[in-house]
Amino acid sequence: MTTTPPVIEIDHLSKSYGTKRAVVDVSLSVEEGEIFGILGPNGSGKTTTVECVSGLRHRDGGSIRVLGADPQTHRDAVRAQVGVQLQEAELPAKLTVREALALYASFYPDPADWRELVDVLGLGPSLGTRFGKLSGGQQQRLSIALALVGNPRIAILDELTTGLDPAARRETWDLIESVRDRGVTVVLVTHFMQEAERLCDRLAVIDAGEVVAIDTPGGLVERLDTRQELRFRPSQPFDDALLGDLGPVDGVVRRGGEVHVTGTGDVLGAVVTALARAGIVAEGLRVQQPSLDDAFLAMVGHTTPAAAETATHTQEQS
Amino acid sequence: MTTATLHATPATAPSGRVFRNLLRSEALLAWRSGAAVFWSAFLPVAGLVVIGSISGTRTPQDGLGGRSVLDTYLPILMMFSLTISVVTLMPPGLAIYREKGILRRLSTTPVSPSRLLGAQATIYAGLGVLVSVVLLVVAVAAYDVRLPDQLVGFALALVLVGAATTGLGLVVAALAPSTRVASALSTLLFFPLMFFAGLWIPRAAMPSGLRAVSDWTPLGAGVRAIQATVDGNWPPVSSLLVMAGWAVVSGVVAARTFRWE
Repeated sequence: MTTTPPVIEIDHLSKSYGTKRAVVDVSLSVEEGEIFGILGPNGSGKTTTVECVSGLRHRDGGSIRVLGADPQTHRDAVRAQVGVQLQEAELPAKLTVREALALYASFYPDPADWRELVDVLGLGPSLGTRFGKLSGGQQQRLSIALALVGNPRIAILDELTTGLDPAARRETWDLIESVRDRGVTVVLVTHFMQEAERLCDRLAVIDAGEVVAIDTPGGLVERLDTRQELRFRPSQPFDDALLGDLGPVDGVVRRGGEVHVTGTGDVLGAVVTALARAGIVAEGLRVQQPSLDDAFLAMVGHTTPAAAETATHTQEQS
Repeated sequence: MTTATLHATPATAPSGRVFRNLLRSEALLAWRSGAAVFWSAFLPVAGLVVIGSISGTRTPQDGLGGRSVLDTYLPILMMFSLTISVVTLMPPGLAIYREKGILRRLSTTPVSPSRLLGAQATIYAGLGVLVSVVLLVVAVAAYDVRLPDQLVGFALALVLVGAATTGLGLVVAALAPSTRVASALSTLLFFPLMFFAGLWIPRAAMPSGLRAVSDWTPLGAGVRAIQATVDGNWPPVSSLLVMAGWAVVSGVVAARTFRWE
């Protein structure tokens, strides 16, 4: 059994705004040192959940333990140990990077050395720049730095890469990994599948205020129907029955010069062996496997406008 | 099962140091914005110098209750500085802090956003009070205005009118749903406040009914109290009570209605 207790434990959390139920029933736990993703369409309750964890909002029901303490009754203690990067939280436009870091460091009892954070986050050249003059990517870097300046044990990063261009997004991913390498547990709220797949050790998929699944990114994909599709151009003509009669193969279709073979299990092995026996070379062979994208859409299958938008976003970046 | 525990270190940084840092940062931002420096410091002092350098402004006039133009406008310029600072400039500044999520970001740290509010109010009210003192010093040093015998009374009047106007500014910041509305409201509020302070018709020249209304307004009471101290008297108790009343009521309303996000 593991000896390290979870750093965050959420048990049957619920929270409503008026009649709108933002969080219906969320239970999850985050282990020390992992990057834990909270994934879901817009408006699914991700942000409300982490706001309750960081003590910004009062929950209606359930319990939350952050490093063993209730964030509602031990606000100061939790805030000193949890760094939070919020969506769309700015700084005064005329405050410089250096001034912001020094000011926020002074809020904490045991702050990190902000000069070192500046090096790690590549903010050195912008130290004298005012917040209003920073690029979106630089503002996000500063935001991460401010979330870490209190020397927290947990960093909650909400929609960190929304609005960043693909290059800045990739750089930010590297930064998040370097944060984890510092021994900080990271809770990453996102609706980018690629981001979750790349970074997270484990993921909670939340939809309409409820946890749909908690697993590793790979585990979530495996839950899907493991249908695969092979595509190739045969070096010479052959009869479809050559492949259609194979056990793992469900269907063979020809599109243009290409053959598309679908099936489950070891389709690849069966097809390649059969073709080799017939002396046919499969040129340009590609295997299409289900992605986290597919897994996500299968779980959050009602395809709300938000989910559709999410899907579009993901396609844009890939 | 054991539970992960918090560090044994104190959960908050020393609160005095935090407030000093917030004050410094807010002062720097006010300086960089330029508006506060120009409207609240430069303009009133320049106004005093212009009035003082015109001949005849230092002779007593019957129409001004036996006071000179300079004596009459000295407290009005003080009110101008304070009002521009805490009623016109501060509320939109606070509304921006709310709109841009700066207060929200602060609430993720061990420091409460109310400390930032306090720091900003201190800086803006402090600026108005400081400029008022500078105006008095310039008037006494350069234009033979009598130093108030009642310096304590002068200081008390200044603090009370500072508190009353700051309260009004905070009410505007609390009630305005957006930065634009805050700007509009605070500009709108400036004119009646300054009218009753006597900017366009000095109180001594007001019809008695209008002056009675002015007595009940925060700036009317402020001018009345400060004028009395420059005349060599203790401020009328009723004027002090009016200012204290505005300060308390506006402070309570602002505290009850302020939205942090």
